[in-house]
Amino acid sequence: MSEHKIRVLVAKPGLDGHDRGAKVVARALRDAGMEVIYTGLRQTPEMIAEAALQEDVDVVGLSILSGAHMALAPRILELLQANGQDKVRVFIGGIVPDEDMPRLKEIGITGIYGPGASTEDIVKDIREAMK
Amino acid sequence: MMDATTLILAGNRLALARLLTQVENDSPAGRAALAELFPHTGKAHLIGVTGAPGTGKSSLVNQLALHYRKTENKKVAIIAVDPSSPFTGGAVLGDRVRMRDLSGDDGVFIRSMASRGSVGGIAQTTAAFAQVFDAAGFEIVIIETVGAGQSEVDIARLAHTTLVVEAPGLGDDIQAIKAGILEIADVLVINKADRPGVEHTERALRSTLALAHPTPRVYRHHGQAMTVMVPAGAKNLPALEQDPSAAQSDMAIWIPPINKTVATEGKGIAEVAESIAKHAAHLHVTGDWASRDRARLRSELEASLQAALMSRFFENIQESKYNEMVEQVVGRTLSPHEAARKLLNGNSTQENV
Repeated sequence: MSEHKIRVLVAKPGLDGHDRGAKVVARALRDAGMEVIYTGLRQTPEMIAEAALQEDVDVVGLSILSGAHMALAPRILELLQANGQDKVRVFIGGIVPDEDMPRLKEIGITGIYGPGASTEDIVKDIREAMK
Repeated sequence: MMDATTLILAGNRLALARLLTQVENDSPAGRAALAELFPHTGKAHLIGVTGAPGTGKSSLVNQLALHYRKTENKKVAIIAVDPSSPFTGGAVLGDRVRMRDLSGDDGVFIRSMASRGSVGGIAQTTAAFAQVFDAAGFEIVIIETVGAGQSEVDIARLAHTTLVVEAPGLGDDIQAIKAGILEIADVLVINKADRPGVEHTERALRSTLALAHPTPRVYRHHGQAMTVMVPAGAKNLPALEQDPSAAQSDMAIWIPPINKTVATEGKGIAEVAESIAKHAAHLHVTGDWASRDRARLRSELEASLQAALMSRFFENIQESKYNEMVEQVVGRTLSPHEAARKLLNGNSTQENV
């Protein structure tokens, strides 16, 4: 009867306390008709993987401004896989230096967005990844 | 490969999470699994938590779940409902933000759900979610409604025990005497009780309760009244003003207790849990547990019947004929009521009630 809604977990791993960007993205995804589960600040990779499992999301969006992406992202991917959620697509928004991008893509991050990225692009890329 | 039902009964969390998605999307697989799980339901205590936005429902649910885990070692499922946008169908579900204390505990399962167009404070498939958790062995299922205003009372039909959460400074006495949300409370919680105005809120609620009880619970469902509780001792009502504790001890009539909490600090939570336990005992003693169960399942049956009849109707009607009726209604030559009657009676134009 009802179609499958794209479910997205928006989470902020690590210790930086700036979640304005994450909120803007959450709002944009909502306006694009997605169901966004917002988990708030200072989440551990374990908390994020657990929430992703319970909520059976299609997408995990990580907001990382602290520079800890090379530690956090692989750990989260690993936990998602350990839980049997290997189909979940992971996106990162925040400050990611160019030289880190190839490695992140290689381990399975679907998309990376820096300052100035348009929310329309993010929405488009998520929809594309769901096809 | 083991099927979903077997996995869920064995406690597999991924299978549980995936089934909830199937159920929420009303897929054939979801329906089939629900049917298989249904015989395993009927054991959980369903606790509804409702109240206006910002009263602290999520924080209270967080603390209650912690309490059940720590002091009673019961498995707790939480269904947290937030509103969907009426325009885009999207939603931001933010209840988990207040429930981070519960992470890392396998005895807890939190699932957020968007209301998806329902207006009663819960989603269409919330009852089915509760059944899945019940079958999966969660002894406590807490259902947090959307921030409800005054008439989002569907939760009372679903839950065994309904908590209505208030906070100081949200409204005057007239709000307390309106029909609706206060009437469905089995336990009243004044959260943020460290704020000014708490005495005033408590006084307003107390006087409302003194006027309102006992009320036989008659739910209107599709215009049909369904009596759920007729107090057995209705003849000799204990006078509330004289001795409130006497009223409480009389198991025949339930007077909603008022508990004060500061959920963010965990204050008053044990008392709320005690009120909930007392209410459960009351339901069992009076036979209300069974009659609420019956009323709930009956209304679920009716809702299913309604949906099935609708889809059968649309399978059998020609689209052009249906659209023609819509045009007539839009053109004001036929009322919606007449149009419906005509559609159901085929081509016949004669008056047929």
